Amino acid sequence: MAGGGVSTIAVLGMPNTGKSTLFNQLTGSHAHIGNWPGITVDLMQAEVDLQGTPAQLVDLPGIYDLRGHSDDEAVVRRFLESTRLDLVVVVLNASQLDRQLRLALQVRQLGLPAVLLLNMADEAKRFGVSIDTASLAEALAMPVVLLSAKYRRGLGEARHQMAKAIAKGVTQEGTDGAQAAVAQLDACLAEGDDALQRQIAQLMERSVTLPPQWRDRLTRRLDGVLLHPLLGLPLFFLVMALMFQAIYAIGVPLQEALGTLLDSFGQGVIAPLIRGLPAFAQGFLLEGVYQGIGTVSAFLPVIFLFFLAMGVVEDSGYLSRAAYLMDAFMERLGLDGRSFVLSLMGFGCNVPAIMGTRVMRDRGLRLLSMLIIPFSLCSARLNVFLFMASVFFAPRVGGLVIFGLYVMSFAAAIVTALLFKGRFASNEPLVLELPPYRFPTLRQMFSRAWLEVRHFWFWSRRFIIFGVVAVWLLNNLPFGVEPASAQSFSGWIGRALMPVLGPLGINPKLAVALLFGFIAKEIVLGGLAVIYGQANPLALGHALALDVNWVQAVSFMLFTLLYTPCLSTVAVIRSESKSAKFTWFSVLWSLALAWVTSFGFYQLATALGWGSLVLH
Amino acid sequence: MRTPAHLADLAPGQSATIAAIEAHAGLRNRLEALGLSRGQRVQMLRRAWLAGPLHVRVGMTELMLRRADAARVGLEAGLEAWPVAA
Repeated sequence: MAGGGVSTIAVLGMPNTGKSTLFNQLTGSHAHIGNWPGITVDLMQAEVDLQGTPAQLVDLPGIYDLRGHSDDEAVVRRFLESTRLDLVVVVLNASQLDRQLRLALQVRQLGLPAVLLLNMADEAKRFGVSIDTASLAEALAMPVVLLSAKYRRGLGEARHQMAKAIAKGVTQEGTDGAQAAVAQLDACLAEGDDALQRQIAQLMERSVTLPPQWRDRLTRRLDGVLLHPLLGLPLFFLVMALMFQAIYAIGVPLQEALGTLLDSFGQGVIAPLIRGLPAFAQGFLLEGVYQGIGTVSAFLPVIFLFFLAMGVVEDSGYLSRAAYLMDAFMERLGLDGRSFVLSLMGFGCNVPAIMGTRVMRDRGLRLLSMLIIPFSLCSARLNVFLFMASVFFAPRVGGLVIFGLYVMSFAAAIVTALLFKGRFASNEPLVLELPPYRFPTLRQMFSRAWLEVRHFWFWSRRFIIFGVVAVWLLNNLPFGVEPASAQSFSGWIGRALMPVLGPLGINPKLAVALLFGFIAKEIVLGGLAVIYGQANPLALGHALALDVNWVQAVSFMLFTLLYTPCLSTVAVIRSESKSAKFTWFSVLWSLALAWVTSFGFYQLATALGWGSLVLH
Repeated sequence: MRTPAHLADLAPGQSATIAAIEAHAGLRNRLEALGLSRGQRVQMLRRAWLAGPLHVRVGMTELMLRRADAARVGLEAGLEAWPVAA
């Protein structure tokens, strides 16, 4: 038994078996990210009480085969080899035992004490699959429970069987033998495929009755329309557009309301509390630290809504259909349709889109997707562009400029994918299950969204608060300077950057605004207002238009579009990729692409004499 | 209607029996784990346009896979019929 009399139970299963839902149902909401030596992905774990037996449950990534060599399969193997387990809970989809029993047989070959949970009993019944659990349990020599995690049926029986199996293991001390076996995992699993196939066939013959005819007419009909060669893609874009609209129609006002609330709390409660402190300390606490917390919090509503929507798309089975629809195009970019869905979602906000890449299990594919998502023109950048366009262009031309920026956004993503698809090649073949259409329950959706919000808060807050504080200090040091003025550190940096940014038409003031933009594009306009000393948007527009011409403005917009979207994006790239090197690579690549694009545009436009044209 | 030699060439609606998986271990493991193994009946449901992926059904599972991967799945020869008269 693992230390302190607490049993360790691993939850193992194939993808699309509802394993995570089951894990959440068994553990309540106590799950947290565990730390396991040598394991590089986040494993959720939770301490539970199994009818008087304290146990910790660990949720392993979904895998197809213990012998496979995909990233997830490697993680599971390493975990099984390095952890003393008291019990393995194998989760299978009850209606697909014809292929999934393989995993249960492999666990039995390893000699690990196991309980087999057949999930999605509701679906199996609907499809006319009937299972004799007693006969299956006898043949496999492990307890078998038929249940439905989604509708919370059979969970009590599952807990009971788990507690019983652990109690049995304690008296027999059988786990040492199991440990020895797992150390030679490959040797144990060497048994040929034909033998496994025969055993599965025998078990199916003995304990499972399949329907003579496939019964899921709903899925058949929906696929006829949703995967239609002509209708499929337009319907897909319509679904995406509606989802996008819904998230941001609700999310943006929520975000603004939260911002206002935090702002008035800062001004009304915190400011009076710290009034006694020197002005610099007040500024540091309120505009540095507190603003940093506000920047993190501002993302929470959108992340929550995004994962509500993502939960519906993924759990309903539509995400793998999107992969099918977009694959002909995305395959040529070294990506698949799921990256496309996430890039589209990135047009609202890059942060949840990058977190969402977790649906792709192959590391190369995930990294390449994380590399292109930051080029999606998010709503924060759109705000900057709408303002700049209104200052420098007549409405009709302004619309074209915005449209052009969207085109650039797609082009940057495509160019990046084409350039780096070799470097981040996907090792896994794209063979995806197209599950029957399902409707996730509200409970499932909310618990998932809540988990993601906690995840973001946990991983990103320190990084973001640190960044906001650092830029605040740059703007306000040395002591006594006008914030963000030419005499402040950021003013110095702005001037020091002139050899690099000058050839792009970006002057020292705009350079300081770009420094603000590194934190979040939401504060670029606020930053410009501070730098130009104009709080009123109209007055700021005039001051800007006097200071730079439209070619410079477009160059600034192109740079803003392409370089690092915000500190939060960098923070999630870091936490999702688990690689500082990749994070740096992503930041530097976007800076390089931004520089080259702005340089090319500015130099060409200046050579053509466009700068003196008046377009307003 | 003759059964083609590979899954990649099966027409929509047509079914056949898998004779062999001629792929490297990684792909073979994955295909077998998803049910595409020797002796199994497989049915082509639809083929995406522009050389896009295939939608097939095997046992109780429906899958999408790319044509290049499907070309690795060998089918048993035979005058296997369409569901409708050919």
